[in-house]
Amino acid sequence: MTKKYIPTGNKDTRSGFGAGLLEAGKLNSNIMGLCADLTDSVKMGDFAKAFPDRFIQCGISEMNMIGVAAGLALSGKIPVASTFAMFATGHVYDQIRQSVAYSNHNVKICASHAGITLGEDGATHQIMEDIGLMKMLPNMVVINPCDYNQTKAATMAVMEYVGPVYLRFGRPVVPVFTPDDQVFKIGTAIKMIEGSDVSIFVTGHLVWEALQAAEKLETEGIHIEVINIHTIKPLDVVAILKSVVKTRAVVTAEEHMRNGGLGDSIAQLLALEQLAPIEMVAVDDKFGESGKPKELMDVYGLNAENIIAATKRVLKRKNK
Amino acid sequence: MTTIQNLEQIATQVRRDVIRMTADALSGHPGGSLGCADFLTALYFEILQHKPERFTIDGRGQDMFFLSNGHISPIWYSVLARSGYFPVNELSTFRKLGSRLQGHPTNASGLSGVRVASGSLGQGLSVACGAALAKKINGDPHLVYSLHGDGELQEGQIWEAAMFAASKKIDNLISTVDWNNQQIDGTVDSVISLGNLAAKWESFGWTVLHMQGNDMADVLRELGKAKSMTGKAKPVIILMKTEMGQGVDFMQGTNAWHGKVTNSEQTKRALRQLEETLGDY
Repeated sequence: MTKKYIPTGNKDTRSGFGAGLLEAGKLNSNIMGLCADLTDSVKMGDFAKAFPDRFIQCGISEMNMIGVAAGLALSGKIPVASTFAMFATGHVYDQIRQSVAYSNHNVKICASHAGITLGEDGATHQIMEDIGLMKMLPNMVVINPCDYNQTKAATMAVMEYVGPVYLRFGRPVVPVFTPDDQVFKIGTAIKMIEGSDVSIFVTGHLVWEALQAAEKLETEGIHIEVINIHTIKPLDVVAILKSVVKTRAVVTAEEHMRNGGLGDSIAQLLALEQLAPIEMVAVDDKFGESGKPKELMDVYGLNAENIIAATKRVLKRKNK
Repeated sequence: MTTIQNLEQIATQVRRDVIRMTADALSGHPGGSLGCADFLTALYFEILQHKPERFTIDGRGQDMFFLSNGHISPIWYSVLARSGYFPVNELSTFRKLGSRLQGHPTNASGLSGVRVASGSLGQGLSVACGAALAKKINGDPHLVYSLHGDGELQEGQIWEAAMFAASKKIDNLISTVDWNNQQIDGTVDSVISLGNLAAKWESFGWTVLHMQGNDMADVLRELGKAKSMTGKAKPVIILMKTEMGQGVDFMQGTNAWHGKVTNSEQTKRALRQLEETLGDY
C-alpha cells in the first residue's frame, strides 16, 4: 500500500519562512532581515517586530538591497534579503552574480510569490525562470520546499549553512503534510513514496499533487516512486540515480518553466549518467496570466491529473 | 622629506607600475588608473587605519575600502602591493592565466585587500553601505571608504544607495567620485550629463566636499576634512576633480586611454616621465 499523507492543516509556505526566520533569529543574533517594501507580504513582519535593530527596510530598491546584503555578509552578518521572487532574481541578477555569487558571500535570498500561484497580479510578477537563473550561478544553492513545515525547517537550515542560498517559496495556502519536527538537510532528497514503475522527481507546491497522483495511480496498479527534490542545487545525484536504476522511467514536476527548471537538471543528469525516458510537467515557454492560483495550476497543467498523464506516457515509452 | 613629497614619490612609482602592468598584459585600463594614483596613494599610505599584514574580509577593527569602478584595478593592485598586502612581484601576473590579479578585482582569487568583486558598475556603494552599517551595529568606530567613477553615476543603483545611506544616517562612510569627465564614448557631459552633481548629492542628503585629486596637498586636506565630517548623521561624498591619464603628457585629459594600453615605444616615453622611486617590480 502506498504511504498516505494526511494534511494537518492548510498554510502558505511564505508563512513557514516567516516562522523559521523568527526562530532562527532568536538563536543567532547575526541574522539580519532586509526587505524591499513587502515586509508583511513576505512574512518578515514578526522578525521585524521582534528584532527592530536587525531589520533593514530597504524600500523599493532591490539592487541596493542585494548590495547592502553583500556588505553585511562580508562583515560577518547573515543577511536575509527578501522580496517577491521576480524582484529577488530577475530584477537583480547582476547584483547577485557579482556581489553575492562570484564573491561567495553569505547572503540568503529568500523569495516569496514564486511561480504561477502568485495568481491575480499576472505575468509581470509570476516569475517561472528563477530556478534557472539561480542554479546557473556557481556557488549558489537553490532550494524550493513543498509546504509550510518544510519551508520553516529549510529557512532554519540555510542560516546554518555558510554561503549564498536562493530559497524559493510561495503565496497560496496549500496542504501541510510534512512533519513539523523535521530536520532539513540541504541537498538530501526525500523519498515520500516508495515505488517501482516510475520515478517522480518533484519540487515545491507540486509535491502534494504528486502524492495525489500516486494514490490515484495505485488504484490502477501503477506504483510510482515520489521523491521530493527540495534542493535543486546541489542535486542529490545518488538518490536520483538509485531510483532511476530501479524504475527506468522518469517524470519531473515543478511550478517553473521547463527551460532551466528541475526537469532540465534531471534530464541533464540522465543524459550523462543513466539514460531513461523522461516526461516533464512544467510550463512550456509561456508567460503566465491573472487568475486564482488553483485555476492557473489547472490551466497551465501543473496538477495531479497532468502528472498522471505524464506517468502513463513515460510508461508507454519505457515498455516499448 | 615631507609627507607630501613622500606620497608624491610613491604616486610616481605606482603610475610606473600601471604603465608597465597594462603594457605587459596588452590590455587593461591605464587612463583612469593614472588619474586616481594620487588619491589612492594618499588613502593607503596616510589616511586608512589598516593593517595590511593582518587583512581580514570582515575588516573588524580596521578601516575598509571598496573600489566600485573595478576597471582601474591596476592602480589599486599596485597600491595594495606597495602598501604590503601582497608581494610586489605579483604585479607582473596582472591579467594573466592563473593570476590572483584578475582583469577586474575579485576576492574569489584570495587576493589580500579585496573583499568583493567589482567591475560591473554601480554596485560598490551599496556594498560599502552594508559594511558601514555592520560597523555601526558592531560598535566598530572605524570608517568605510569607497571610490566610484563619474560615468558610473549613470547607473541607477548608485542613486538607490545614495538615498539609502542618507535615509539610514550612515555617517561612517566616505565615498569619492573620480570626476574626470571622461568615459568610453566621450566626455561624461556629452554622453549623459551629470548636471549639477554637487546639488544632486546635497539634495540626496550627503555632506559634499570638493577635492583637486591630482594635488597631493589638497587630497590630504580634503580627506582630513572628510574624516572630521563623519559621525554627524550624514554620509560624506568627495567630488574629486582629476585628469584621466595624469602624469604622462600624451595620455592626459582624453578618454583615448580609458581601455587602451601603450605600445612598446609609448611605454618607454611614458616611463621616462615617471621616475622609478621605489624600484620596479
